[in-house]
Amino acid sequence: MKVAELGEKLRQHFPEVAFHEDLENPQALIVPESDYRQVAERLRRDPELDFDYLEFQTCCDHPPNRLDFLAYFYSYQYRHRLALKVVLERGLPSLPSLADLWANADWNEREVFDLFGVVFHGHPDLRRIMMPEDWEGYPLRKDYLHPNVVKRPD
Amino acid sequence: MGIISGLPIEKIPIYLEKVPGGAIMMTGVNSILNEAKASSLWYMLFGLACCAIEMMATGASRYDFDRLGMIFRATPRQTDLMIVAGTLTLKMAPRVKLLYDQMPEPKYVIAMGGCTVYGGPFYHDSYSVLKGVDKIIPVDIHVAGCPPRPESLMNGCIQLQNLIRTERLGHDRDRPGLRHITPRQVPGMPPLNGGLIRPDQIPILR
Repeated sequence: MKVAELGEKLRQHFPEVAFHEDLENPQALIVPESDYRQVAERLRRDPELDFDYLEFQTCCDHPPNRLDFLAYFYSYQYRHRLALKVVLERGLPSLPSLADLWANADWNEREVFDLFGVVFHGHPDLRRIMMPEDWEGYPLRKDYLHPNVVKRPD
Repeated sequence: MGIISGLPIEKIPIYLEKVPGGAIMMTGVNSILNEAKASSLWYMLFGLACCAIEMMATGASRYDFDRLGMIFRATPRQTDLMIVAGTLTLKMAPRVKLLYDQMPEPKYVIAMGGCTVYGGPFYHDSYSVLKGVDKIIPVDIHVAGCPPRPESLMNGCIQLQNLIRTERLGHDRDRPGLRHITPRQVPGMPPLNGGLIRPDQIPILR
C-alpha cells in the first residue's frame, strides 16, 4: 500500500484523530502526541497493515521550541513502509514507549532519550545507552554545549 | 670491566667463547635483558576504531609482526605492549585504564594514530572523545597518521625496541615525564577507578 492509502485506512479506524500530511517527508504522517501509542498499536496488530518491523526511531531538533520525533515502520509481508511523526515541545518532551510492541524499540528509545532527552513512559529500562550514565545534557540538541568542545577556527 | 662501564649501554659487546661442547657468552646483564624484552613484545589484541584495521593488516602475513617477535595475546595478563589503535571515547577511557593496570610490568604503550595522539579529526567540535591517551596512561611512542600505514606502525615498534635497548636494570622507569603520570579527569569522563560495569548489578548476568 502507498502512504496515501495507509493514511486513508488509519483515518477510517481513527475518525477522531487529526492526521496531517508531512510536507517535508512524503513517507510520514503527522500524529498528535496523545494518539501516537494507539496508532502504533494498530499498525502492529491489524492483520491488513501488519507492520512487523520497526526500522528506527529518531528525532530532529528545531530550536527554539520544536522537536520532531519520527518512527519508521515496515511490513515484510506487504512490503510497505510508513513513518509516524510527532511534533513535541522542546522543554520536557515525553511519549509512550513502544517496547512491548516491537522489541527493538527498547534500545531505539534509549538512544533517543540519551541524545535528545525524550522521556518514554512505560519503557522497561530507560537508561542512557551511548553516553556515560552520569552524563549531563542531550548531545544531539542543536544548542548543546560541553566544556570539552574546542570550537573549530573559521 | 672499567672500560666497558663507560660505554653507552647498547654498545656493550657480547663476547662469545667457544668451548668443547658449547659456548660461553659474556655480556652486561642489561644487554641480555633488554634484548630479551625488546625481541618478544607481545601486544594486546585490542582495537578501538579504523586504526585497528591497519594494526590487523600489520599483524597479518603481508607485513607480519612476527618478524619483530610480536605476537598478539587476547588477555592483558600476558602482554607487554598495548597498542591503543583508534579513537578513545570518554566512556571507553576508564576501561582502557583498567586494561593497562592489568598488564604486568614491564609494560609499554604505543599511541597509534592522530586520535590517540591529540584527538585527531575529533579535536574540534567533539564532546565525547578523549584528546590524547597520554592523559590517562603513559605513552612511550606516538605514531602519527590517520590511520598510520603498516610501515609507520612497524617503525614505531622498532623505535620502541630501540628505546627498550637503552634501559638500565633498576632504572628503567626513570625516563623523565614518561612513566609517572597522574591520570587526569576530563569533564564528562566516568571515574577512572570505579564506575565500571559490575556484572553482579546487571540482572541478565546475575
